[in-house]
Amino acid sequence: MRSAIVTRPIDTAALLGEVAAPANGATVLFTGAVRELSDGRAVSGIDYDAYETMAAEELARIVSETAQRYDTEHVVAEHRIGSLQLGEISVAIAVGHRHRGPAFDAARHVIEEIKLRLPIWKQELFTDGTRAWVDARATAHANVDEQLP
Amino acid sequence: MTIRVLLFASWADALGARSVDLELDDDATAADVLSALDARSGAQLPRPALAVNRCIVPSHARIARGDEVAIIPPVAGG
Repeated sequence: MRSAIVTRPIDTAALLGEVAAPANGATVLFTGAVRELSDGRAVSGIDYDAYETMAAEELARIVSETAQRYDTEHVVAEHRIGSLQLGEISVAIAVGHRHRGPAFDAARHVIEEIKLRLPIWKQELFTDGTRAWVDARATAHANVDEQLP
Repeated sequence: MTIRVLLFASWADALGARSVDLELDDDATAADVLSALDARSGAQLPRPALAVNRCIVPSHARIARGDEVAIIPPVAGG
């Protein structure tokens, strides 16, 4: 079990190596990357801000809970922060397990909990030179909705 | 008491700083911190939660001198 908030590129091969074990019949690697379109707008990159100490503690809790729930100690997760370009990996999760079902489920569980709980924020940089926090933009949408008849 | 509040993302941008110092009553709660910050921000910002010593707390939670207090805007990791 291991987790980390990092500022360097994520080495997915290293993560796979960490969860390798003779008992594991299945290994799942999930990666999340900076996507070229956000709500139809062209994105050139994302700046990730974080409450780094709390994010590190919370990610460690998520990995530990997942390992217990799915009965494997082979769970590793890294989330990158700072400035990322299009296509770069922002988050990677590797799970090794005796069987494929729980390996997939555990990896899915980690990413869903990350989305809900990690104190990390993304500011999308658009190709037209503008930028927007994802949370701020969600609020703007909510306000527009409130003005609807 | 003086409490330093850590700011992130849209809140850090709106207040132009990574932290602010607030003067609060000794029996202040998380709700008091949020209303003191609301008064300062001016801009319309996403409703945040409050973390005390790196855990999210309910609005009635007491703040004590020396606590690590932080504004947690709606998270967007991954």
